[in-house]
Amino acid sequence: MEAQTTRVAVAARAALGHAVGMAAELVIETEGLHKRYGAVSAVDGLDLNMQRGEVLSLLGPNGAGKTTTVEILEGYRKRDGGVARVLGEDPQRGGEAWRARRGVVLQSCEDVVDLTVLECVRHFSQFYPAPANPEDVIERVGLTAKKNARIRSLSGGQRRRLDVALGIVGQPELLFLDEPTTGFDPEARRSFWDLVRDLAREGASILLTTHYLDEAEALADRVAVINHGRLVETGPPDELGGRRDRQAKVSWLGPNGPEEEWTHEPTRLVMQLHASFGSEVPGLAVARPSLEDIYLELIGAPKLKEGSYE
Amino acid sequence: MSTTAVSESANGRVVVRPTAITISPARALVKASLARGYVEVLQFFRSRDAVVFTLALPVVLLALLASILSGHVQGTNVTYSQVYVTGLLAGGLASTSFLNLGVSITNERENGGLKRLAGTPMPRAAYFLGKVVVVLVTSVLEVAVLMVFGHFLYGVHFPTSLGRWWTFLWVTLLGGAAMTLVGIAASSIPKSARSAAAVLNLPFLVLEFISGVFVPYTQLSRTMLDIAGIFPLRWMAEGYRSALLPSFVQRSEIGHHWDHSEMALVMGIWCVVGLALAIKTFRWTDRREG
Repeated sequence: MEAQTTRVAVAARAALGHAVGMAAELVIETEGLHKRYGAVSAVDGLDLNMQRGEVLSLLGPNGAGKTTTVEILEGYRKRDGGVARVLGEDPQRGGEAWRARRGVVLQSCEDVVDLTVLECVRHFSQFYPAPANPEDVIERVGLTAKKNARIRSLSGGQRRRLDVALGIVGQPELLFLDEPTTGFDPEARRSFWDLVRDLAREGASILLTTHYLDEAEALADRVAVINHGRLVETGPPDELGGRRDRQAKVSWLGPNGPEEEWTHEPTRLVMQLHASFGSEVPGLAVARPSLEDIYLELIGAPKLKEGSYE
Repeated sequence: MSTTAVSESANGRVVVRPTAITISPARALVKASLARGYVEVLQFFRSRDAVVFTLALPVVLLALLASILSGHVQGTNVTYSQVYVTGLLAGGLASTSFLNLGVSITNERENGGLKRLAGTPMPRAAYFLGKVVVVLVTSVLEVAVLMVFGHFLYGVHFPTSLGRWWTFLWVTLLGGAAMTLVGIAASSIPKSARSAAAVLNLPFLVLEFISGVFVPYTQLSRTMLDIAGIFPLRWMAEGYRSALLPSFVQRSEIGHHWDHSEMALVMGIWCVVGLALAIKTFRWTDRREG
């Protein structure tokens, strides 16, 4: 798995960093972050760190404080308490030079509809000290065929890709992606994922907010689950909530129909099955809880018991 | 001097990127403002129906109003049609600056355009300078269209002296600036883009009415004119009269003469007030967002 090798590389690099006395650089650091709206604490003492080069996915139900947190980090909102540092600066004081170092891909908006794609990307590139070539950026998001089309005529998915183009045209070190693939068809999502992987490979740090757990699993080095304005748990997607050590469900087709068994030792069970069938076990499947199962458990959705998840 | 820096990121990806490229703030501002101005003007001309109707509105109003009220300003040979030309110059200018900006900025705030710009390193002032550019371009067009119609249909003379050209110019610039700044501030008043036109139209129409845009100033009560005197529009209309109508017309004004310093003072004060309000009230994001 690609994600797996990346994580091994992270671990190796971290160990190496320790050996040569190099501290891993944090692009995002928050401590006790607070934000209230009236009597409601949207963010309630959030501690969150993100390393340079990391793809971190922020997960949480609606109203968990994700959007507020991200907007504070992007510099759009002022916090009420706690510490926040983004690229070494306080985001609510970040000036133009700081803004040039991070890119923001917002949820789709409807402005500049009378410009063409190329005019729009070129326009936004003019605000950055070291922009990418607008035509290259359009190529990367797969809009080359539409570069001279009015934005008004683009489909929802194409507009979303334009949003992404505007977010990356400044060649940001840190990219905020807010639900980037909402409304994409499966093919568009795959090609968007490839784009995100490319950006990460080139060294961009990416904070991804998403509702799609498969997206987090496919892209993130690490996920952070937020609920009630706090960090609930963080870890690589396949280790979250002790996922690796959970019981596995082994299912197969027995002589009397489908059968299943929950076990900590699926390998042993499969070997037993193999021995008892004396040949290929029909309909054999071994499954661990999905990221979604773990996520739902972490945010306090009706508690899952071992052996009850699908 | 090296132009790139190589660093290693947490997960072992090697990052090559340009070292911080610094552009002087002044140059960045000029570049961004020109970019904004270009895009604003481009977008204005791209929505062709808006261009046609924006430019046509004062001309159509002029034709209607002039056809209703015939006759002369008492004791002069100046027709009410000619007075309407000056009034609609002021009204049209206020409309391209105050009303259009108030509505369009409310729109951009709601559809996320402002938020997106605020997220870029664009110097914030560039946004406003871009608005100034588009207001200038549309105002010049509108004034030109009205002047051509006024001249050929109603016999309004172009300014007859250098002094009158100067008056024409500064009334346009100072009045336009005041209404632009107030329009930027007013964009924070409507609760939504859908209500913006309705919310801003009522006070604007009342102001146009009492400032002598739709009804000649000679027909308005002293009280109305005094109230209108608090705001710049009445003085813009008077300024255009002083630039375009014969000098003896000034006897019909409530002050019985055209006092340029008073006009400039009121417009200037509104520039300052508008600027202060705009800075104080301007929001880059929609307040309804949680």
